[in-house]
Amino acid sequence: MAIELKMPALSPTMEEGTLAKWLKQEGDEIVAGDIIAEIETDKATMEFEAVDEGTLGKILVAEGTENVAVGTVIAMLAAEGEDASEVAASAPESEDVPGEGKDVGRDASEAEITKPAKKTDVKDPEIPHGTNMATVTVREALRDAMAEEMRRDERVFVMGEEVAQYQGAYKVTQGLLDEFGPKRVIDTPITEYGFAGIGTGAAMGGLRPIVEFMTFNFAMQAIDHIINSAAKTNYMSGGQMRCPVVFRGPNAAASRVGAQHSQNYGPWYASVPGLIVIAPYDASDAKGLMKAAIRCEDPVVFLENELVYGRSFELPELDDHVLPIGKARIVREGSDVTIVSYSIAVGLALEAAEQLAEEGIDAEVIDLRTLRPLDKETVLESLKKTNRMVIAEEGWPTCSIASEIVAICMEEGFDHLDAPVTRVCDEDVPLPYAANLEKLALIDTPKIVKAAKKVCYRD
Amino acid sequence: MAKAPKSSTPRSPAENHDFALGSLQEEFEKSKRFDASPEQMHKFYEQMLLIRRFEERAGQLYGLGLIGGFCHLYIGQEAVAIGLQSALDGDKDSVITGYRDHGHMLAYGIDPKVIMAELTGREAGISKGKGGSMHMFSTEHKFYGGHGIVGAQVALGGGLALAHQYNEDGGLCLAYFGDGAANQGQVYETFNMASLWKLPIVFVIENNQYAMGTAVSRSSAETEFYRRGTAFRIPGMKVNGMDVLEVRQAAEIAFKHVREGKGPVLMECETYRYRGHSMSDPAKYRSREEVQDMKDHKDPIENLKKILIEQGSKDEELKAIDKDIRKLVSEAADFAENSPEPEASELYTDVLVEEY
Repeated sequence: MAIELKMPALSPTMEEGTLAKWLKQEGDEIVAGDIIAEIETDKATMEFEAVDEGTLGKILVAEGTENVAVGTVIAMLAAEGEDASEVAASAPESEDVPGEGKDVGRDASEAEITKPAKKTDVKDPEIPHGTNMATVTVREALRDAMAEEMRRDERVFVMGEEVAQYQGAYKVTQGLLDEFGPKRVIDTPITEYGFAGIGTGAAMGGLRPIVEFMTFNFAMQAIDHIINSAAKTNYMSGGQMRCPVVFRGPNAAASRVGAQHSQNYGPWYASVPGLIVIAPYDASDAKGLMKAAIRCEDPVVFLENELVYGRSFELPELDDHVLPIGKARIVREGSDVTIVSYSIAVGLALEAAEQLAEEGIDAEVIDLRTLRPLDKETVLESLKKTNRMVIAEEGWPTCSIASEIVAICMEEGFDHLDAPVTRVCDEDVPLPYAANLEKLALIDTPKIVKAAKKVCYRD
Repeated sequence: MAKAPKSSTPRSPAENHDFALGSLQEEFEKSKRFDASPEQMHKFYEQMLLIRRFEERAGQLYGLGLIGGFCHLYIGQEAVAIGLQSALDGDKDSVITGYRDHGHMLAYGIDPKVIMAELTGREAGISKGKGGSMHMFSTEHKFYGGHGIVGAQVALGGGLALAHQYNEDGGLCLAYFGDGAANQGQVYETFNMASLWKLPIVFVIENNQYAMGTAVSRSSAETEFYRRGTAFRIPGMKVNGMDVLEVRQAAEIAFKHVREGKGPVLMECETYRYRGHSMSDPAKYRSREEVQDMKDHKDPIENLKKILIEQGSKDEELKAIDKDIRKLVSEAADFAENSPEPEASELYTDVLVEEY
């Protein structure tokens, strides 16, 4: 059976080229690996190598021919036992059936694209009547969540800088080394890219790593593994290879540590398909969502806040306090305006709501808790009720979670809007060190109050 | 020469004053070629030839526009994957590599059809057509990819090794990377932790002489790559990566060391890729003579063929093997060309495992 030699594509974008030179002539014996011809494109000259053995039959495209389309038959190769001189252009191309391979794919049809159904009716579990409420700090809540999950599942371990002997740079892992030993509480060198990769690989290998970054500012060195290795692997492997890792640590501005140590990465990670991004505010959510994150089969970025670690909140004393990922929480009900927030800004939003109440404005406050997948249903439901919305976010305004909420309200809540949805964020500058400038740059309660009054036309 | 350790208690690498870069190389030099049985030799020949023919066909399909994007061929480097992976314990050990991954998958005996179908982006591909040439995985075989970011697989391999150690499953991780990736910072971050924690990992540098178009001497201050673990007290081995028997012998020594809990080994396999870095590389950075000289004198398959013939294999017998392999590869190519592309409904599957 004679073989057709076709004009090859030499790069992902090549559509045609010049057949610069034939290095073999009709009747020449060809073995695999021989260079038969030289092909030129606008970028380069490339060699056309033989894959099959045989005798070069008819040359169908003369050397020097320009604009030869990729796939054009340029010569015939006679196989062993065939008469090369009789091998001419062969049978016509077999007809291409759409969807059955060849170069033509299935026609893209929007109707066929089905997005995964979102779980509906997911609520926080009821807290049984009479449950004792303990007062704990966010720091303790996080530590308890990790300890409980480590007791429950042998595969769970913690790694990071100063997590073991030092008991955690911010003491979140306090006591874990004593209880679980150095095999499961691992001090790493200062080497974020390296240990983020090792943690991710361990998750691929079947373990349940909790990778602590001393702060998420340092995770910039490791972001390649979070995004390229952890988030994309399940998809790229067609669902074969999971990566159940939790990356956690303090995020966003602390206090007087300057620009390099003060950034909110929520919007960065929340833009990546394949990641779960959680940013809780109070102790109960921190514990319940940390436990859910550790059990989750998907990679999770868990954003904490250093300034909130020491704050105390009520937390139900339950054997197993696990909260649903992807579900926002209405932390204060109201009817005049909605303030959407997450992480440390929830505290500011609640303060703002108190002040607004004194002026007769009844604000509803929503804590998003999970930034990806975003619970837009709760946001839109609230908008339907209040018709006015402000987003309070401790982070830059550009391409923020706030921007995303604005877009959702425009696209899906337009008919319910009585005023423009308004962002209240940090100023659009690197965070300054000087105390007065830092204060000016960060979101605060008066800014939220002002914006809420504005959308209520009460300023 | 390494002295016997004074006590059997684990020590940090820094306390090991007996470290010698060449400790394993010395052992290797005593007997460099694996004493393969005739059956093993035939198997090596068949496996290397399968990679060669598969890759030639992949190059052809790329030329026909059936394979898109980037496609990095393994032609010339076959002895590395076969020599090393033939020494693995398939039930326990894991493998991870970069984007030049077709050969490592074929070395496992994974069906060429599902690999080729992945290259053409079809639903029957091993990643359902969603990964492509650079992103293929087989967790069933403990093959963890197939990674497109140069050097990332080294740290990930460290994690796989950590899992072996954590689970006490007796397995090791074989982490391949190239002379180009060897200049990435995370490689050394991983060397440090792997040595510090005595992780069961064999780092294999497939030195094919060019990082894309940059010759090693133009990119690397230390071109003797096996020495690059010295700062972390990782013993190095320098191996002729064009000789499958030599690679296999080196694997035996390295794997034994790692399985004894002595920590990582860094093995440099000197090899050569005949084709460009990827299909879109005109390879103008080296001469045609250099490539031809390699093919004529160093070819891993031709050299093994010579040994087989010296040992009594018949030319017809080897030709028949080649014919069978060509047929297998032809069938894989037909399958890959004729399988349907993924359904549009696959677009949103596998983004996340769970529903929220």
